[in-house]
Amino acid sequence: MSAELLNLTITEATAKLTKGDITSRELTSAHIAQMEKLRHLNAYITETPERALAQADESDKKIRAKTGGSLEGIPLGMKDLYCTKDVQTTAASNILRGFIPQYESTVSQKLKDAGSVSLGKLNLDEFAMGSANTTSAFGNVINPWKRNNGDDRDLVPGGSSGGSSSAVSAHMCMGATGTDTGGSIRQPAAFTGIVGIKPTYGRCSRWGIVAFASSLDQAGPFARTVDDCALLMREMSGYDAKDSTSANIPVPDFTAGLDGNLKGLRVGIPREYRMDGMPAEIDASWQKGIDLLRDAGAEIIDVSLPHTEYALPVYYIIAPAEASSNLARYDGVRYGLRVDGKDLNETYSKSRAAGFGKEVKKRIMIGTYVLSAGYYDAYYTKAQKIRRLILKDFTDAYQQCDVLLTPATPSAAFAIGENENDPIKMYLNDVFTVTVNLAGLPGMSVPVGLSSNGLPLGLQIIGRAFDEHTVFKVGKAIEMRSGFNAKPKLIGF
Amino acid sequence: MTLDAKAVARIATLARLDMTEDDAAFFQEKLNGTLQWIDQLQAVNTDGVEPLASVADIQLALRPDVVTDGHMPEAVLKNAPESVEGFFVVSKIVE
Repeated sequence: MSAELLNLTITEATAKLTKGDITSRELTSAHIAQMEKLRHLNAYITETPERALAQADESDKKIRAKTGGSLEGIPLGMKDLYCTKDVQTTAASNILRGFIPQYESTVSQKLKDAGSVSLGKLNLDEFAMGSANTTSAFGNVINPWKRNNGDDRDLVPGGSSGGSSSAVSAHMCMGATGTDTGGSIRQPAAFTGIVGIKPTYGRCSRWGIVAFASSLDQAGPFARTVDDCALLMREMSGYDAKDSTSANIPVPDFTAGLDGNLKGLRVGIPREYRMDGMPAEIDASWQKGIDLLRDAGAEIIDVSLPHTEYALPVYYIIAPAEASSNLARYDGVRYGLRVDGKDLNETYSKSRAAGFGKEVKKRIMIGTYVLSAGYYDAYYTKAQKIRRLILKDFTDAYQQCDVLLTPATPSAAFAIGENENDPIKMYLNDVFTVTVNLAGLPGMSVPVGLSSNGLPLGLQIIGRAFDEHTVFKVGKAIEMRSGFNAKPKLIGF
Repeated sequence: MTLDAKAVARIATLARLDMTEDDAAFFQEKLNGTLQWIDQLQAVNTDGVEPLASVADIQLALRPDVVTDGHMPEAVLKNAPESVEGFFVVSKIVE
């Protein structure tokens, strides 16, 4: 019974809950048991099983009274970057260890209002800075997948939303929230064989989410199917007066019309994404995606995004610059860690030195430098100019096509520690995803097949601004035709 | 552009990060590696290009200038490392 419950999609579980075949308490208990069984993956920083069961009982009452929301009784996980009222929120940093928000983020509140049950707070890279979930103050997260070539090393689940991707792929929750500043939803989704979308900038409210780089950050969902991801996305989206960059435009029903038929759709293939030294199997999985979309009726068009190669260095100016400003708030005065010094300045610098990890400090320092007098124009203004050229690349490409198809990542998941000593190589994880944040566009990662070592590979679908619906349609077409249904052996069913 | 130890120390001070000499050496290497890589941007022609600060094509909304929130000192101080009678407490800053 437990495996049966854990194997349900959100869509299937909702139907069974409504019919009274199962209860939310049963569904939630099964996921709590799975969380306990796979605790060594370190996907959760804070588990909240008692709260979850109390919420499940409330949901069961509402379902019986036929007053439930569209996610009523569905157990989800929450990235520990979303502030949750009365539940510890850490951003995976020692500087926020023990922080108990007195308010709820807009997006987590929306998911609550839709009836979902929260199982707890998911691990991540510290302040969402990383691509392997190896910078968390609460330890590395482990990918439930293993290579099938006898190499038994633990693999990374991607980052920064590594707890989210690990938990969803290991069936420790039915779906999860993430955030994506440079690829932090799409790369972990690709590394764990699940679906994840970064919506258009402004689609989901950022209010109550711990800020990293405010002009790039977006909230988004993870799930195991495109339909489930569309459902979560619909509930998370919408205008919020508390976020001045929130877009006041209607939210369509992203779950409607996902039938796999792409007749008349023009799919662009950006030639600059065929990088030197790209593994042959990444190229092959991309070609497989192209063939699947052609089979679904789409027209395939060769397009150019000429400034692609500059996106990563631009990102590594803009994101640290914004981070250094955002993280100035951690000063040991109003909340978070305090280490007392002889005066206030020393208290600031001692608290911050003790509270932040190395990757975070490094990015704060880069950001401080590129914003400092004398260097601002050479670095920060220059990067903002190239950012405009990158946006224009996309605007031009969308004259010829409706969506773009690219690989999600330049490789399958790697072992913990494998790329640690080469920061540039680590940054290259985001080479296909970071352009999308700079241009503010929606991007989704959807699994397409397995590598020669038995690890999942994902493709990225990039849409026009606020056209997530087309992205979901294309994702569904790939899902229906790829036949991808592999699961990590570890989960036990 | 390479940063020497003095420049790294200055950045650490600006960023309010207390740093040992070992730390500073570590960050000097990391920062120089990243900055060297970033320097490739200088080759891009950006003549006549306006900087892009945000993709959000949104006019900031106005609202009536009224109090929408407040009267919750306990909640505000709930996570303070130290507080007394409704105030945050910090070390003495005025002699």
